[in-house]
Amino acid sequence: MAILVTPQTRILVQGITGDFGSRHAKLSLDYGTQLVAGVTPGKGGQVFEHNGHKVPVFDTVAEAARETGATVSVIFVPPPFAADAILESVDAALDLAVAITEGIPVNDMIKVKVGMAGKKTRLIGPNCPGLVTPGTGKDSHGGCRIGIAPGYIHKRGNVGVVSRSGTLTYEAVWQLTSRGIGQSTCVGIGGDPVNGTSHLDVLKMFNEDPETEAIIMIGEIGGDKEEEAAAWAKANCKKPIAAFIAGASAPPGRRMGHAGAIVSGGKGTAAAKIAAMKDAGIAVAPTPSAMAETLLKHWGK
Amino acid sequence: MNIHEYQARELFGKYGVATQPGRVASTPEEAEKVAVELGTKELIVKAQIHAGGRGKGTFKNGFKGGVHVCASPAEARDIAGKMLGQVLVTHQTGAEGKLVGKIFVGEAVEIARELYFAVLHDRATSGYTIIASTEGGVNIEEVAEHTPEKIVKVAVNPALGLQAYQSRNLATALGLRGPLINQAVKLFGNLFTLFVKCDCSMVEVNPLVVTKDGRLMALDAKFNFDDNALYRQPDVVAMRDKTEEDPREVAASEFNLNYIGLDGNIACLVNGAGLAMATMDIIQHYGGSPANFLDVGGGASKEQVTAAFKIILSDPHVRGILVNIFGGIMDCNVIANGIVAAAKEVSINIPLVVRLEGNNVAAGKATLAASGLALVSADSLDDAAQKVVAAVKKA
Repeated sequence: MAILVTPQTRILVQGITGDFGSRHAKLSLDYGTQLVAGVTPGKGGQVFEHNGHKVPVFDTVAEAARETGATVSVIFVPPPFAADAILESVDAALDLAVAITEGIPVNDMIKVKVGMAGKKTRLIGPNCPGLVTPGTGKDSHGGCRIGIAPGYIHKRGNVGVVSRSGTLTYEAVWQLTSRGIGQSTCVGIGGDPVNGTSHLDVLKMFNEDPETEAIIMIGEIGGDKEEEAAAWAKANCKKPIAAFIAGASAPPGRRMGHAGAIVSGGKGTAAAKIAAMKDAGIAVAPTPSAMAETLLKHWGK
Repeated sequence: MNIHEYQARELFGKYGVATQPGRVASTPEEAEKVAVELGTKELIVKAQIHAGGRGKGTFKNGFKGGVHVCASPAEARDIAGKMLGQVLVTHQTGAEGKLVGKIFVGEAVEIARELYFAVLHDRATSGYTIIASTEGGVNIEEVAEHTPEKIVKVAVNPALGLQAYQSRNLATALGLRGPLINQAVKLFGNLFTLFVKCDCSMVEVNPLVVTKDGRLMALDAKFNFDDNALYRQPDVVAMRDKTEEDPREVAASEFNLNYIGLDGNIACLVNGAGLAMATMDIIQHYGGSPANFLDVGGGASKEQVTAAFKIILSDPHVRGILVNIFGGIMDCNVIANGIVAAAKEVSINIPLVVRLEGNNVAAGKATLAASGLALVSADSLDDAAQKVVAAVKKA
């Protein structure tokens, strides 16, 4: 079953005619994803063509969803317009909005969260690589690729991956695939301090998903969401979890790339997160190179 | 991004946050003029640098202290002359110190009580939180650790903003009574407005003081701004003082590189922030010490890689370089060509270990092997980290 999206999920792209959005829309089409609509205000009526695919472009998300049955939106619009784009997909009552955009002001995200309260739409991101439910074809073709992750590194299988980082997720996925171990769904929740979906949200979904048998959780310094997820897992998670926390070597007070990755006031240290994970019975990889290996050992494979 | 104390006071002035009267000066004559205009009995003269510990610092010319209380405009001029154009060394500046180009001249207020007040983004609530304490003028983290009951936290509903009743509750929790309550409502409300309007991520007023003559004012403040919002804050950007920043970080930002200098001797060049942090971690795991955090982003063009190598090599402590690229969408061969071209242009004379993985990796490795460069190719992140640590130890 996977979580959040399946190969049948119909998605639309907000910002499909921009450089970034069009490039990744094409890669998703090549991967076999059901990318059924694009949205660019003012360009409604155009057709986005790629390798024989003809994707209609609409002026609004509401129209795109109504006309094509898309239930998920992926957002590539630039930071100044991204909060509005997220709220538009929330207002159109989509199931899921995935915000890839990096650099959205925190005040805008706070506003978005207020606007989302009580609505049905789930947000993933922003500043995230998106999510992939791998397909069963060659190089996992035929899956649902939402965002910017390389599709071919995946393989359909039974490990759920959740992470705050992009390339570090690819690293984990690749370690699994190279060992012949596939994934149910890989979710990048993003590196911003105020975001839509947490580690805990995704863990709960993996726990309920019959296809997911084991989990890799990748965190980093800053905040306390990894601790929150670990505390829940200790009491509730039925499946083996391996984790890695990036940033053990980062000095306090310096922001390490992601807006959320900062140790301040003695909070959010790698040591505290690793301790919380170990306490919850989660196997913690000693290095980023050992994520898959650590999971396989813990899983008894 | 950080700002100077005098700039913080200017922002306070603009938003109606009560602060100690005073102004910035760039020459001793100007300092005297400001002092005369203030017309107060006692004056305070403060060197303007971003680093803390100014009061206990020493100038390289031997003059002690970056903060002085003076009794007359003439004395303010004299003190200003000893500070301006001189280098101040504090426990935060490092031995090289910071050049003082401006000073703040203000009224020396008589303090009755020192309090603490801060506004910040709260990721736990996806909103705003105010932290206040009766224990001002000291390190708030220590207060939080030893006497947490002396800290008051108030969550602000982002849809409503800070309400007057919340400010009154905060004021009474701080022991403010009588006319001070209304002063607090005004100060807290205006400070919250400033926080939101200027896209701050934290404003920490420490100390917030009650003067002996019954005024509530912000005596010193630390501002952090949300970097993501700087595009719509031209007035904030105008306050940026690049001379206060690490020149390597300034150079990196011009090439859209995310660089942070650290104390070690193994430089890293990585695509992606999480992977960059993880690369630093694995270097440390194998007994090495990372010289920097460097995220070249998703694209990593030849120009960016060249600029990255130049910045890395401008750090005299660097004894080895680890390049770690997971080319997901990017063609590894394009990246390999970028590395070769860049390495030739900047002539690297220290061990260079390259780990490439991902799209078209075989061609990328072949390009590196055929380049004639004295680089070491690695098969995994683990292998790469061990190789660079070993090479640096041997050198």
